[in-house]
Amino acid sequence: MAPTTPQEPGLSAVPSYEEEQSQARFDALIGKDSRIEPRDWMPDAYRKTLTRQVSQHAHSEIIGMQPEANWITRAPSLKRKSILMAKVQDEAGHGLYLYSAAETLGTDRDELNDQLLTGRAKYSSIFNYPARSWADMGAIGWLVDGAAIANQVPLCRASYGPYGRAMVRVCKEESFHQRQGFEILLSLSRGSEAQKKMAQDAVNRFYEPALMMFGPPDEQSPNSKQSMAWNIKRFSNDELRQRFVGMIAEQVKVLGLTLPDPELRYDEETKQWIHKDLNWDEFMAVIKGNGPVNAQRMERRREAHREGAWVREAAAAYAAKQVQSEVA
Amino acid sequence: MNHDELDAELDSFGDALASATRVTPGNALRPEDIAVGGAKPSEDVARYALTLGDDALILAQRLSHWISRAPELEEDIALGNIALDVLGHARSFLTYAGLAWDKTEDDLAYWREEDDFTSLWIVEQPNGHFGVTIIRQLIVSVFQHLLYSKLTESADETLAAICAKAVKEVDYHRDHAIQWTIRLGLGTEESAAKMRHALEILWPYVDEMFQDLELHRKLDGIAVLPSSLREAWDKEINAVLADSGLEIPKTGQAMANGRGGEHSEHLGFILAEMQVLARKHPGASW
Amino acid sequence: MSQQNNWPLWEVFVRSSRGLSHVHAGSLHAPDAQMAVRNARDLYTRRNEGVSLWVVKSEDIISSDPDEKDAFFESPQGKDYRHATYYKASEGVKHL
Repeated sequence: MAPTTPQEPGLSAVPSYEEEQSQARFDALIGKDSRIEPRDWMPDAYRKTLTRQVSQHAHSEIIGMQPEANWITRAPSLKRKSILMAKVQDEAGHGLYLYSAAETLGTDRDELNDQLLTGRAKYSSIFNYPARSWADMGAIGWLVDGAAIANQVPLCRASYGPYGRAMVRVCKEESFHQRQGFEILLSLSRGSEAQKKMAQDAVNRFYEPALMMFGPPDEQSPNSKQSMAWNIKRFSNDELRQRFVGMIAEQVKVLGLTLPDPELRYDEETKQWIHKDLNWDEFMAVIKGNGPVNAQRMERRREAHREGAWVREAAAAYAAKQVQSEVA
Repeated sequence: MNHDELDAELDSFGDALASATRVTPGNALRPEDIAVGGAKPSEDVARYALTLGDDALILAQRLSHWISRAPELEEDIALGNIALDVLGHARSFLTYAGLAWDKTEDDLAYWREEDDFTSLWIVEQPNGHFGVTIIRQLIVSVFQHLLYSKLTESADETLAAICAKAVKEVDYHRDHAIQWTIRLGLGTEESAAKMRHALEILWPYVDEMFQDLELHRKLDGIAVLPSSLREAWDKEINAVLADSGLEIPKTGQAMANGRGGEHSEHLGFILAEMQVLARKHPGASW
Repeated sequence: MSQQNNWPLWEVFVRSSRGLSHVHAGSLHAPDAQMAVRNARDLYTRRNEGVSLWVVKSEDIISSDPDEKDAFFESPQGKDYRHATYYKASEGVKHL
């Protein structure tokens, strides 16, 4: 079988016999769609790709808490307040499941967190848009979580065991997230004129960023191919985007709202959804840090870390003293 | 993909994982059950339930602010759990109280004015740093644990049922506060100093918790006389502080009268934030 | 970031109901064992997933060496006689 991992040009070191054996075993596991587990040998590039992907995913969950946490104290009913609180708390949980998967690849959470706080690591650019109104809680649940789920369900079968297992847990919990978002929008669209306007405005703002959550078009996404060869990704960016846009095109009718896309239609000939051109320049600008609230999101995270330092330190000091007194 | 397909796909990942991700709603008393099946309380019982509900509501509002700001992610989750529990208690008490006046939990939470609220000053106090929140939790959750324990024997069946669930949850909140008080009290010089400061700024609001009202006396067998909890509370708090290398501060006591609708300056801001959206849309459903 | 502040990593095992084994659920960070159990409760049993929890420091787990996989796990292969299906003569005999 051909090695699943390309030789990096410029690396001329001849692999040792042991390395060749290990690579062959890895290739065989991938070849029969089995799983790679933490203590297995794996190519450096595979480890690096996964560490980056899983930790970015974790960072996205953690930063993604902010736009919604912003509305917990203002939620317009106590039931909605409970649901929103449970949802944001779940996101912290999902971040933790994912950090725990990332850590099995050999980078500890402090280091991953440091990469986030110093801007070396990225997170999903959608969270760099502000949550301006209560209806955004609906649009985030329906569109953002909807896109996330479409992305994540295939990841449950990712070749790296701990990642797949974390995704199963995340997906199970997230199925309520999308539904509660849909319900918020439905209540608003059936409510007063002002409420309906609020709902439509939120859908208008989140539609395009949600479609861009699947990443750049396939021809501009060079890393996708390798991820698919490694059985990390199962579908291409465009395939997932197609699947998603098809779902929301139907669901929006139930909501009695519209998608801000006059070009949206299903093309019977190509069996493809046609949607408007997405603004990839804006996407890149947001990733680079120039979205409306990148600076605010990062500072909030840094602040929590900074303000919590004395607490973490005290707990560690207490634990160390306990160990000492046990020894003494 | 619809949700049934999603569930089926997720279920295909094997039993071992399925058992570790089993999801059940449990069978606890919910606010919805009280609203539908609860007996209508008397005016006095409703006023009493309102005091318990207001304390829980304002505390939940304060605690919920921590989510996404805690010292460590595990603590975001812990404080989130506690805030959710407490909000659940608030919803049950307010729903029950509202039955007496044909009002919903939301009518009571969003459409009353500041001087209609009956919350204690201790729950209105700002979160401050993590140590301040922990000391506030210690003071309140030890109190609520004693109170709800007694209320499980209340002659009012609905109050007893609400408290039967709440007491188990508050027991965990109390444990959480105690564990952190010990660690921060004995951790570092800095953390001990912060905890002493937290005790000093919160202690003035302790006595208010134990003030007996005419309402409590009228509801003999239904309500608990707050003063009757003081001894047990003192004993438990003293023990925790002793274990934590901390002591009761020598501060005075504030002339607080939250139960009478006279509140700290903080409550107005809490309500402004909590009620702003609901009040912009009178009659709306969400 | 000073090393001293790093909270250790703990592995969490959840028993989903009485009669079943504890199953590995994931990991978390906590300053000490008592807090690890509490964090595990908050993180891994938010939806009634468990009735009992184990936590163990990750560094205390001893695992088999995957590089010795073949040598370590091959021995049972070929020992069909450890499985009931090996015994054909008794086929058709009731309750056996």
